[in-house]
Amino acid sequence: MKRFSALISLLAFFLAGCNPAPPAPATVSDTETTATASAVPSTSASETRTLTVFAAASLTNAFTEIGERFQIDNPGVFITFSFAGSQALRTQIEEGAPADVFAPANNTEMNALVDTNLIARDMPQMFLTNKLVVVLPADNPASITSLEGLANAGIKIILAAEEVPVGKYTREVLKKMNSQFGSDFGQKVIANVVSNEDNVRQVLTKIQLGEADAGIVYTSDAVAAPELQTLDIPLELNIVATYPIAPLAESNQIELAQAFIAYVLSKDGQATLQKWGFAPPQ
Amino acid sequence: MKKLSDSKWIFILPSVFIIGLFLLPLLAVFLRSINPDFFYYAFSQKALSALKLSIVTSTVTTICTIILGTPLAYILASWNLKFKSWVELLIDLPIVLPPSVAGLALLITFGRRGLLGSTLSILGISLPFTTAAVVIAQMFVAAPLYIRSARIGFKGVDKQLEEAANVEGANRWQLFREVLLPLTSRALLNGAILTWTRALGEFGATILFAGNLEGVTQTMPMAIYLGFETDRGVALALSVVLIVVSTILLGITRKIEKDNEHS
Repeated sequence: MKRFSALISLLAFFLAGCNPAPPAPATVSDTETTATASAVPSTSASETRTLTVFAAASLTNAFTEIGERFQIDNPGVFITFSFAGSQALRTQIEEGAPADVFAPANNTEMNALVDTNLIARDMPQMFLTNKLVVVLPADNPASITSLEGLANAGIKIILAAEEVPVGKYTREVLKKMNSQFGSDFGQKVIANVVSNEDNVRQVLTKIQLGEADAGIVYTSDAVAAPELQTLDIPLELNIVATYPIAPLAESNQIELAQAFIAYVLSKDGQATLQKWGFAPPQ
Repeated sequence: MKKLSDSKWIFILPSVFIIGLFLLPLLAVFLRSINPDFFYYAFSQKALSALKLSIVTSTVTTICTIILGTPLAYILASWNLKFKSWVELLIDLPIVLPPSVAGLALLITFGRRGLLGSTLSILGISLPFTTAAVVIAQMFVAAPLYIRSARIGFKGVDKQLEEAANVEGANRWQLFREVLLPLTSRALLNGAILTWTRALGEFGATILFAGNLEGVTQTMPMAIYLGFETDRGVALALSVVLIVVSTILLGITRKIEKDNEHS
């Protein structure tokens, strides 16, 4: 029994060690200097708060940069991002993943969460638009020089899976191309597909690695990979993808979530988004 | 005995927690998937083609592993080689390596611009995004299980038996075929089943190296992953199938082990 109680006290010792130290009181000058345009009103500058943002994979670079700026403006705030296909994020939230902000690549996923009251109906705001572009490896191994070239027999194409927004848009664009390049154009392109990737970044990476001859991604992804060649898709054949953003109804950081969204919509935030190839909402 | 019993909860409580960790998620899958739509999803075109591809590829993987892995296991078990422990470490590595590392490594080796792939592509062979790539990815992660089991099996054979066979004038091949194989058949079968089961569940290396195309590279775990994003019914039905199949196969390997102990 003696050994048992020794074990208990040892355990208690370790548990006590795990307790966070009481926060040091903030000095007056600290709180004053941190007040900037995007700063969140907070009780104490030394208090750390974490904001969890679930965002579409295509937002990876832009949101990472926006997050870094937001953290500089708001000391003590830490932003954790989860970048993945919008569907995966939506499912994770439906299954109880603790997100504070949701920014999917289309309205379908946003509306699904609004319908289940996970997001308040008046909350979603449009914050950017995106369109599609064809990317080719730097050395263009299949010598594709026009959109019609995507239907050349024997070339390897990688698309995003139909299940993710960009994959859905891709198939819409291919359908539109039928009217210009012949009714079986889209079918021929699909026949060249060697893989349907589960998110747009996988498409981009595999084209960067040169594993396929062409891929279709968002213009914003092409900006993130400047070494790749691109083929523009004319506006009349393209789509306009609109990205919504909203705080989660059950977030316990609702104020911080609102501040982050306000920053994304601000001049600074929009400038960062444009730097990464996105267009402002229409 | 009375004295011992007062501290038994120290052992029981943690065990209950960890068993719960294993059991509850599996139970949840079954509870969620019990509905009239189960068979509709389980027999959907997508589910069936993933199931077929999974079974075919993991069977091919296992056969290739037996053909290539048995001689290696024999060498490791009975020859005295200088760098043997390094080879053994190399073979065990894929068991603990994250599958994503395996997928990345395979892609930059056998990919079009890869270490070997660039040579292969001159010959007109391109591996990524083919069913062959699925098999390679599965072999990379699953073959070590067979080789390990076979090596231990061969090692366990009484050295005197080999010497006796040697005295009788048997050559190395005869010794292997007539003495070692029959004596180690259970260990080999056990290893083969483990490899087959692991290959069936392979996901990380496959999605990176082989991609995802229905009927060509979309195996069951892949269909579950994509189903998770859209069609949870298919994902749940396939999960149930995988859990049941894996349980049965593991049960068989345990029975083989038990019989081995008794004989």
